[in-house]
Amino acid sequence: MTGNAPFLVVGIIFFLGMYAILFERNLIKIAIGITLLEASANLLLIVLGYRTGGSIPVYTLAGGTRTMVLPTPQALTLTAIVIGLATSALLLSLIILLYRHYGTLDVREIRRLRG
Amino acid sequence: MNWQIHLPALALAVPLLGAFVSPVAGLGGRLTRNAWMVLVSMATTAICILLWQRVVAGGTVVYVMGAEAWNITLPSGLSWPIRIILEVDAFSAFMVVVGSIAALAGAFFSLRFMDKFTGLEKFSALFFLLVTGMLGMQLTGDLFNFFVFLEIASVASFGLIAFWRDRPEAVEASFKYMVVSTISAMFVLIAVGFFYGRYNAVNIAAVARMLHMGYAEKIALVFIVVSLAMKCGAVPMHMWTPDAYAEAPAGVTCLLVAVSQASLYGLFRVCFSLYGASLGSTVVPWTIIVMGVLSMFIGVTMAVIQKEMKRLMAYHSVSQIGYILMALGVGLLSLKDPQAMADYGFTAMKGGIFHIINYTMYKGLLFLTAGAVFYSAGTRNLNELGGLARVMPLTTFMFAIAAAAIAGLPPFNGFVSKLLIYQSTFAVYPLLAVAALVTSVLTLASFVKVFQTAFLGPAKKTFEKVTEVPASMLLGMSVLTIVIVALTLFPGWTLSHLVEPAAKALVDQAGYISAVMGGGL
Repeated sequence: MTGNAPFLVVGIIFFLGMYAILFERNLIKIAIGITLLEASANLLLIVLGYRTGGSIPVYTLAGGTRTMVLPTPQALTLTAIVIGLATSALLLSLIILLYRHYGTLDVREIRRLRG
Repeated sequence: MNWQIHLPALALAVPLLGAFVSPVAGLGGRLTRNAWMVLVSMATTAICILLWQRVVAGGTVVYVMGAEAWNITLPSGLSWPIRIILEVDAFSAFMVVVGSIAALAGAFFSLRFMDKFTGLEKFSALFFLLVTGMLGMQLTGDLFNFFVFLEIASVASFGLIAFWRDRPEAVEASFKYMVVSTISAMFVLIAVGFFYGRYNAVNIAAVARMLHMGYAEKIALVFIVVSLAMKCGAVPMHMWTPDAYAEAPAGVTCLLVAVSQASLYGLFRVCFSLYGASLGSTVVPWTIIVMGVLSMFIGVTMAVIQKEMKRLMAYHSVSQIGYILMALGVGLLSLKDPQAMADYGFTAMKGGIFHIINYTMYKGLLFLTAGAVFYSAGTRNLNELGGLARVMPLTTFMFAIAAAAIAGLPPFNGFVSKLLIYQSTFAVYPLLAVAALVTSVLTLASFVKVFQTAFLGPAKKTFEKVTEVPASMLLGMSVLTIVIVALTLFPGWTLSHLVEPAAKALVDQAGYISAVMGGGL
């Protein structure tokens, strides 16, 4: 049961993020929702990468067929975090530009493009 | 050693170098920067065409980054498929050729189109990053790298869509696109996590060999189909397409069309090469077909009522994506049944893949002509435009070719691919072919409207001083025009040399796996 707790946390963070993106009206809150989504994806990668009872795969010391925890998902997560950082920075700077143009952060008022 | 074995890596390295040297080249003034942009895009296109030749002649090319083998083997005999690989089969090679031609045309066009603005060295840096991302998505043989290149392409395109950041609409469009594509990238990452959790691998071929349909795979498939359909602008998730395409500078829109094809490529690579026959039920193929039909019909009906030239064309790209989705969905439907595949499935796939190149070429050309009209006349509003054929004869000529091709008028290339799609979808369910035909008629109607209001009619007083666009913009447009005319004149050659190998490579899942893993299937 406790083994599944990390997945539960991933699910909760994921749905919080989706909720914020879909139903919040403030641009900053939408940006927070996107970062929550990124956090849940990263956490999922880390959790899925762990093998119960696994050891470190050191090149020379690796034994026969023992379970090992490969560092691949950690490397993937680091890459994803860096990408997420770049996206968040750009997202916030676009929000600043939008605020300068429209004078508001409310998505209901920022809709010059339609039809 | 033959330098040609490094072609897959060069196809990524050259535009990447182009991107990061651009600011330096920008220090040397306008001429140096333009020369660099032309040089890099021509080199990229040449590399992509060479790569395509190599793949057609010698079969699938597998390139391992920084190592000899696709896996790492420990002294104890354990081995893991953890190397970074590029895998280029005929379908990927076809896609990179299409994408790089669109990038070349966009680069030529942007040289003068962007002249009035500052920060151009940043523009060309972002432009080449977008090219790198697009080519990377099409060349990689690794699910996680697909995500990385997807993000490179997305981040570069956010910057390019919002390039005119003094226009509120551009920033708004960019923000909308950013929310949509970040969500879809995260969905792809979650799917990658599921694959890693199940199979300890992110290598597409390695995962495909071990794949057994279970709950985790179904969840991953849902995430991938939803996110990539969102990225290529299929109907329930199409709201970003018209905004982003209409607000980006025209040369960039031409490239964005090709980038959306890269998402489409990812969708079909996953469906055909990763899942293949183990998709089991017909739910996924029918979902794709239904999305395609909805995209075709809703896209075109929205397009008919538009008054702004680029927005109208952007809604047409939603409907053209629908054709491709429907055709390849039919191919996916018949994947398990060799008889159905021979009867109609393979024709549908040929039609769909032929439509990819046709769509990228004529849609890119249409966006470039819209940009040319905007450059010369200063407006994109169809209610204000008129009589431009008198002052811009060459642009008008190229617009007419592209419009005839997209409407599927008989001699043109659009007709050939649409005919293949009609034939094959009729065999599955006649209503699909009817929907495609109705869409085609409405497409013709809306382009007759654009042609008539913008280019024909009496000369207007306000446009007396309008002249033809500069030569480099005409050059960019004529690259695409020449490709369209060539595809029109030699449909037989195109089908047998470009399209059929690509379709065969997509169907041949075992070939895709064994190209990486060796014969031990």
